[in-house]
Formats: sequence, C-alpha cells, structure tokens
Amino acid sequence: MTPQLDGIAIEPERYELIDAIAASEWTRREFFRIAGAGLVIAILMGKDADAQPPGRGGQGGGGGQQIGAWVHIGKDDVVTAYTGKVEVGQNVRTSLAQAVADELRVPFKSVKMVMADTALVPYDAGTFGSRSTPAMAPQLRKAAAAAREVLLDLAAEKSKADRTTLVAKDGKVSGPKGEPSYTYGELTRGEKLVKVIGGDVPTTKAEKWTVAGTSAPKANGRDIVTGGHKYTSDVTRPEMLFGKILRPAKLKSKLVSVDTKAAEALPGVTVVRDGDLVGVVAPTEYAAAEALKLVKAEWNAPAQVSAGDLFKHLKEKAGRGGGGGGGGRGGGGARGSIDEGLKAAAKTVTATYTVAYIAHVPLEPRAAVAEWTDGKLTVWTGTQRPFGVRDDLARALNVAADKVHVIVPDTGSGYGGKHTIATATEAAILAKKVGKPVKLVWTREEEFTWAYFRPAGVIEVNAGAKADGTLTAWDFHNYNSGGSSLASPYAVPNHRAEFHSTDSPLAQGSYRALAATANSFARESAMDELAHAVGLDPLEFRLKNLPDKQHERLKAVLEAAAKAFGWGKAKPAEGRGFGLAVSTEKNSFVASVAEVEVDRKAKNPVRVVRVVTAFECGAVVNPDHLKNQVEGAVMMGHGGALFEKVDFENGEILNPSLGGYRVPRFRDAPALEVVLLDRKDLPSEGAGETPIITVAPAVANAIFQATGERLRSMPMVPKGWPK
Amino acid sequence: MPNVKELQVNGAKRATDAHPERSLLSVLRDDLGLTGAKYGCGEGRCGACTVIVDGKAVKSCQSRVETCAEKPIRTVEGLAVGVKLHPVQTAFLDAGSMQCGYCTPGMVMAAVALLEQHPDPTRDDILSEMNGNICRCGTYVRLVAAIEAAAKAMKGGAK
Repeated sequence: MTPQLDGIAIEPERYELIDAIAASEWTRREFFRIAGAGLVIAILMGKDADAQPPGRGGQGGGGGQQIGAWVHIGKDDVVTAYTGKVEVGQNVRTSLAQAVADELRVPFKSVKMVMADTALVPYDAGTFGSRSTPAMAPQLRKAAAAAREVLLDLAAEKSKADRTTLVAKDGKVSGPKGEPSYTYGELTRGEKLVKVIGGDVPTTKAEKWTVAGTSAPKANGRDIVTGGHKYTSDVTRPEMLFGKILRPAKLKSKLVSVDTKAAEALPGVTVVRDGDLVGVVAPTEYAAAEALKLVKAEWNAPAQVSAGDLFKHLKEKAGRGGGGGGGGRGGGGARGSIDEGLKAAAKTVTATYTVAYIAHVPLEPRAAVAEWTDGKLTVWTGTQRPFGVRDDLARALNVAADKVHVIVPDTGSGYGGKHTIATATEAAILAKKVGKPVKLVWTREEEFTWAYFRPAGVIEVNAGAKADGTLTAWDFHNYNSGGSSLASPYAVPNHRAEFHSTDSPLAQGSYRALAATANSFARESAMDELAHAVGLDPLEFRLKNLPDKQHERLKAVLEAAAKAFGWGKAKPAEGRGFGLAVSTEKNSFVASVAEVEVDRKAKNPVRVVRVVTAFECGAVVNPDHLKNQVEGAVMMGHGGALFEKVDFENGEILNPSLGGYRVPRFRDAPALEVVLLDRKDLPSEGAGETPIITVAPAVANAIFQATGERLRSMPMVPKGWPK
Repeated sequence: MPNVKELQVNGAKRATDAHPERSLLSVLRDDLGLTGAKYGCGEGRCGACTVIVDGKAVKSCQSRVETCAEKPIRTVEGLAVGVKLHPVQTAFLDAGSMQCGYCTPGMVMAAVALLEQHPDPTRDDILSEMNGNICRCGTYVRLVAAIEAAAKAMKGGAK
C-alpha cells in the first residue's frame, strides 16, 4: 500500500530522502550512523526556523534546503530528538522533550534530547531571542507528529488492520480491544526508514496537550543535585593540561614586549605565543597560574573613555562615523507630528534616563577544553552559538569547519552573554601548540573584563497628555542601548521612537531582553511622571491609553498584576511606596507591581519588599518552569535596577570581582508572586527574557511614591542614595 | 611545606600529591575527579565551591589544601546513599529550586551544613547562612522553600 501522509505519497519500505537532502551532508547513512537503525523523521527548516545557516560546510550546510531538527525512534522504544539549541538554565531540554512526547503520545521520560553537538545535530543559528519555544518546539512537534503517523502506517501494514481503527498511545500502536498492539520499537526494529517533511504537518492544539502544558520536572535534575552533571569546566580528557592567558591591565592594549624565560624554566610549563596572545600550559591550574606570574610583559594602550564621561560621549558620538556609529538611526512607528502633539498637551514631561553597562555574571565563567586529533579539533565549551563558535574556531585556527567539532554541555547560564567565546579559540591555540588536550577556565576577573557587557545608554523622552490623561505626543530617543521594545505600545496619535547608534567605549552585546529593559524603564518611568503631572492614578492613566483591541494582551497583564497586588486597596506604610509598570517584547506581555521600603541613610537604601508579576506568552508549556523563569527574571532585574554597574576608567575595569560588583543575594529577595495568563488559543512564545523588563520601572515608580524623588538612572542606588 | 599526600573525603582515604598551597577546590576537582564543587569566583563570595570540612560549610576555593589534610571532608558526591538522595537533594528537586544548576551543589552543601547545625532554622537563620551563596538565575525564593521543606523532612527522620 502507499499511504498518504501530509499530502506526500510515501512507501513504507522506501522512505527515501528527497533530492535536496540527498545533496546535503545529511545522508541517510549519517542519520543511522548517529542514531542506529529505526525510524528517522527530519524536518526542513521552514519559516519558523531561525536565520539561515552560512554557506560553509558542516552538518546541514551545503544543500539547497536544510534540516532544522530530527527525531529518531529506535528498536529499544527510545525516542531521541536532535536539535542545535542549548540548555543554559531556561529548561528548554525539558520543554522541547515535552513537545515531542506530546505528539508521539509517549511519557515525558521516554524522550531523550541530543542538543548542541555540531557532529550530531543540524545547523542552528543559536539559542537567543526567546526563539526556542516559538521556533524549535513547533519543528520538533511536527517531526514527532509525522513520526506518529508513520508508526500508524507501519502498524496497519504489519497487522493488515484498518488504519483508521489504530491509535498511538503510551508508546504503543494498538487496535480496538488491544489487538493488534505493537510498541514503537517493535514497529521500527530492523528498519532503516527516513522521511523528510516540510512544515505542513498538523499538530496537536494546546487544549489537547497532555504532556506539554504540565509541570514536567527538570529533565536532568537528579544529575544537578548530585553534582553528576558535567559542565564544560568539569570535562577531563586523557593527558589534559591546564592553560592560562596573560592579560594586560587595560582594554585594547597592544603587546610591546614580553619576557617568558623565567616561566619557561619551570618544569612541565610551556609558554605559547600567538600574536598578542601569550599563554602558559602546565600540568595543574595552580602551576599554570604560578608560571603566568613570572611572565613579564609591556603593553601599550590608547586613552579611553571613563565611566564619568560615558553619557556625554554616547550623545556626542551619536550618528557620526566611527565605532558603532556610522550615522545609523533606526526606529519605527513614526506617525503624526510631535510638535502638534505637544501643543495639544495640557501637561508635558521632558526627561533623560540613563542606563549603565552591566555584566551578565554567569556563575559558570567562560570555559573550554580543546583537543586536536589528526588535524581535527574537538572543543567542549559553554556557548549559546555552537555552530557560530565552530565557525569562529575554523577561521581562527585556519581549518575547515567540518574539521571542527563543538560540543556544548548543558551550561552554567548565559543570559545572552555567551554568544562569543574567546576562551574556545584560546584553548584551541594552546592545545595545538602543546599537542595535548588543554582546559582553560576564565577567572571571574577575566569574565568581568574580557567578555562583553549589556550596552549602556541614554534615553530622552518628550511626551504630553491632555488634562483627561489622553496621550497626545510621544518622542523617544535611545542612544546606544538598542531598539528592542522601542516604540510605545500605548495609543498615541503623534509618535516617534528612534534608536541612535554611537560609539561604545566598552565591548557590548546581547543581554537577556536586550534594550527592552532600558526602553521599558524610560517609557514606564515617563508614563508615571505624566500620570502624576495630570493627577491620575498610574493604573488608570495607563488603562486610559490602552483603549483598543490591539492592546488587549497588554491590558490583561496590567489588570491581572494590579488585581493580585491589591492596587488601589491600601495605602503604603510610612517610608514605603507602590509602583507599577507594563510592557511587551518578543510577542509576550508582562506587568509588575512593586512595593519598596526606602531609608535614604542606609547603605542599601532601597529594599524591594514585594513584587507581583503577571506574564502572558501564549499557551503555557510548563507552568512551574515558566513561573521559575519569571521569578528568576524579576530577581535578576532587581540587580540591574538598583545596584549592578560596571565601573571603568581609561581602559581599566575597576570592579571586576563579586566584591566590587554586587549581584542579588538571598537577603535581597522580595516576596515574589507570579500570575500566569495561559492563552491556549495563542502560540507559545519564549519566556526567558521578557519578564525582566518591567522590574526596574516598577521599582522606580514605587521609589517615587515613597519619597517624591524620581530616580532616572539605572542602577538607581549603586552606592547608597544618590547625592 | 611538603606536598599533601592524603585527604579524607566522603569517609574514604584518598591518595593525592598536591602542592600545599593549592586550593582544596582544585585538588578535589582536578586530582580526585570530584567535580561537583564548582569554581565561581575564586574569592569566596559566590559559594559555588562550598563543601563541608570538619562539619562546617567552607568555601573550598579559599581553603589551602594543607589546612584540610587531617579533617573529614564531605562533598556533594558523598551525600546520596546509593540511589537514595539526601533529604536536601530531594527537597531541591521537589521545589524546582534551580535553573542552570551551576550553584546547586554548593547550595546543597551549604544547606546540609546549615540544617546539621540548626535542625529547626528560622527564616532569618536561612538567609544569614545562605547569603554567601549566589544563584545568578535568581531562584532564592525556591531555595528558601526547599531548605524549609528539607528541615521538616529531616526532623521526621527522613535521613
């Protein structure tokens, strides 16, 4: 028989690869070499998928169409899903397995995820932008759904039963009254079947989910609590040595001269020189560190901008050439006339907000283990871009990308901070020179100095409203921090929101939610200022400016947070204040209400007592893990709001330690309440980022209510109450 | 100072040959293969390296190995008995008090030491004793809940 699947005619004994894939490196032999015999369903990268891969070689490259992910069912009944996404604490290993289990009608524990190993998984641009849930989960879901249909075909063929009477459930295909009944392994045993599908596969609607939508426990939780999980820094290899890299005191330094004789005289120590890179390799990390102390070097560094001149610098260099400048301006949603809008306003607010550079501080610093075997390089490293790092390594070490194998163990967090990993390149250079595997783990000081930061920024707002609170004008300019959540989500007839690129004195890059935090801080602070200017309650003022159907989701989270907090029901105690904020980014919606206690004379003058956050990201995949992400984002956002700040002077980072750079601790934790709005009628969106964006403005607005003072710089109280 | 030749780890004598000034953390991880304790900051301020020495939680990145030579050392690898997890480990799983998990072994060991010294800790005891351990993913509220649940379970004899 020739069953019809998803509009594609297939023959069960000859599920051949389609031409595009046959031309790529994903041959059927490749699938079965990796996974063993059984059934393979591979899905082509569709419109859901992330940025297309580069043209260079490697898995998934080469063909006209690339595979996005694949699912394998072996004779042992084990379902394995292969994806390039990485696990960095967002619990995507769990949530993606839930999607696969759901479509294949198997228990959660039957699904194994193979992730972020460039030799085993198809190309993926990286794990960022909250894309795993909206882009990768549907691909895996479709592959699993197609696999289920093939299993039904196989069972029908084997039993000669009427296919329409067969049901896939609990890892078995069964007929009415349990006859026939085959486990998935029985159906795939001895087979080597490959089916490649496009994106047009019907999947289970959220209301019918049985595994997704539940609080499945963290997939490898037991390995975490027993210390058994091997992070990159825990990986060891036979004959492995330890490396250290020589660092100058100042950023952007050039090496003038170096004397390595004393270090080289130590037993077992090798000094490696590669351009400006000077490293030592030794049998223990201690010996490497001791040897490094004996290396004498002279560096030359240019004069560099200091923290005290930062905001002036960002404004002065905006839109001009050089650095990140280039005259770039970006924005969106320009409409009406700002001048007319301001003229029509009864009250206006003109304010400037600033945001400092902050560090990601992933608790696992950058780490890599590099090993060369017969001209091939294998690198274990914690990165959010396994294929990007593979290509970076290929370029830096001048080898073909298909000779570089990157393995990303589940990693000790990233928060957007592990897109590039210089550590991997450094370890590979050291390992090549000594001819043995080398482990390199950056110190906390290196992590604070030689990685990259969340961009600092200046944001200028000029806005107006009528006496009744209706917004008339919104003019918003962000210098340097970025364009995420730039446009106002409120109804305002005269609107302009622009991003101005400029020159950043420090290396900057992605950070959880990007500039949506900075832009929401400025916008929601200014909205609060306007509410007070027109004499309206901040909640009422916001709701008044969210009148339309398009504002429904934003309004829903705002009302949910306000209700759970009891907004308007009680007045804050003496020295305390309440503040709220709402925003949206990456198609998810968040509102926070904060209660703070202020003591201007205290070393830590602001204590956040309580935060209620309402969050909506479509259909909820794992309620407990989602709640955990929201709680964690609120906690992390708290640091950037109040005290986290990178201090720097003329090329030197002044606080590159946890003693000098304060992050939230147990004693900082407020009472946290999370309200999840589960919209089963809407696609699931990512949730690792957006819940962070309303913390700072809610806290700022609460501080204003408590004190009558408006703090417009993040962090708001880095060294006591601002003078 | 001679090299340290032996450590008492998780109830067993473990041979080593470590420079006396090396950190306990590096010897546990690199020489004895006990990688549960993590490097997080090297300044004793994050607690990822927490192990129990002589009954007390210590930051092993700050402990010179020579000072630990004669003392019983307990690491996260020695907590579970066979497949049976320690009540603190179970409580962490039940509360979902982790995201990336990198801080977890240190948190678990700090919590075990806390509950051995204060079987019935107040909220403030927990905050005081745990404040030296950082969870950058921000699961503090869950960690507190896990430690409170473990305290209850241990009082009930769930050893």
